[in-house]
Amino acid sequence: MTMRAPDSELPIVLDAVRYGVGRLTILDGISLSFNPGAPTVLIGPNGSGKTTLLRVAMGLLAPNSGRVTWGGRAQISPERRAIVFQRPAMLRRTVEANIEYALSSAGIARSEWRARTDELLKLVGLTGFGGRPARRLSGGEQQRLALARALARDPQVLFLDEPTASLDPAATKAIEDVIQAVAGRGIKVVLSTHDFGEARRLAGEIVLLHRGRVIECTPAVEFFTEPKTNEARQFVAGELLL
Amino acid sequence: MSGDASALELVWNADPRLISIVLLSLFVSFSAVVLAALAGLPLGAVIALTRFPGREAAIVILNALMGLPPVVVGLAVYLLLSRSGPLGSWGILFTPKAMIIAQAILVMPIIAALARQTIEDLWMEYRDEFAAMNVGPLRRIATLLWDARFSLVTTLLAGFGRAAAEVGAVIIVGGNIEGFTRTMTTAIALETSKGDLPLALGLGMVLIAIVVVVNALAWGVRRTGERLAG
Repeated sequence: MTMRAPDSELPIVLDAVRYGVGRLTILDGISLSFNPGAPTVLIGPNGSGKTTLLRVAMGLLAPNSGRVTWGGRAQISPERRAIVFQRPAMLRRTVEANIEYALSSAGIARSEWRARTDELLKLVGLTGFGGRPARRLSGGEQQRLALARALARDPQVLFLDEPTASLDPAATKAIEDVIQAVAGRGIKVVLSTHDFGEARRLAGEIVLLHRGRVIECTPAVEFFTEPKTNEARQFVAGELLL
Repeated sequence: MSGDASALELVWNADPRLISIVLLSLFVSFSAVVLAALAGLPLGAVIALTRFPGREAAIVILNALMGLPPVVVGLAVYLLLSRSGPLGSWGILFTPKAMIIAQAILVMPIIAALARQTIEDLWMEYRDEFAAMNVGPLRRIATLLWDARFSLVTTLLAGFGRAAAEVGAVIIVGGNIEGFTRTMTTAIALETSKGDLPLALGLGMVLIAIVVVVNALAWGVRRTGERLAG
């Protein structure tokens, strides 16, 4: 995988972003920035706006009001951003063909596909799976393939929407290992999770969302040792945040 | 059951009369499906992937047209192609061409409606990934058609089954002329009314065999698709 200098996509800055559908407000004046460094983990209960925030930051949804900039620019095609959805769709092709499709969409020359595909399969632990139909893989394997497909874009920022939801511990560990490897290569990872343990294991920075607002945005160590808000204290104490 | 034995003999001995009827039937139905696919697949794709006023009504009408009564289609095509009709100058009434047109009209809504559903379902599944991978509109359509290819082939075979089994439309616009427009279904109707059961039964056996083979093909295509592409 090519290492790229963190020059154009970061920081991603959301300034007073509001997003709603009809009368329902999903993001309510979010101001945040995602900077180069360790993974940022979005946590919060269902409906807190994590998925929508990821989609807005990815550029898939335009806010109703407010502003999003990538590296200081408001209009930039998402060539160096990638996202893995909570339930990624597998193209009805083989594992290898799924990755090749992503490489082709990213404008990578065909002559590089073989080497890049092998490299990505190795990175996500799917070496030897290339000829299998993607939709026949297990949930964890599909998530890893989705990660490989996202990484085929050689992104600078990788958004992951609950990447280990409903996976068993072994599959979760496999995904977390890939995330750590990816973060170690200098790719900014922003992921959402319900899993408190996962947030502890992966986060460099925590963003706690509740009812479409940012409740707390702090380094992970501080969040878990000295939460500043009641909601964060409740969350860290394992209480239900309704 | 001497009739059964004679029917089997006709099939077994590849009776020339029976063979010519079978070949004409296959030619007419196959041509009708090709014509219907040329119109129906793009129509289904357009309705699946575009939003326009009246789209919901178009889908309802298309779905309803899947149940078009063959005799009504036959009558409409007859009126169009009859000497005093708007297309009477073509002079193709009571020819295989008229039969192909009638069957194509009958089959087109089936292909368009099923293709629309198939492509739209796949679109719903893929659209987030397309957006995330920044895939352009033409590539999206090409991807959907390619990834849905096994289901679309099944759709075409369903259309072929409908065309091969119908009698109402072809008998009206073809006239059931021996050696020229007589198909399996029209011959079965005629021979039964004449009491010539061996030929009717023989044709019935061939027709059922064709329908079974078509369904087996549809099943095989789907299974192969699942095995190869998931």
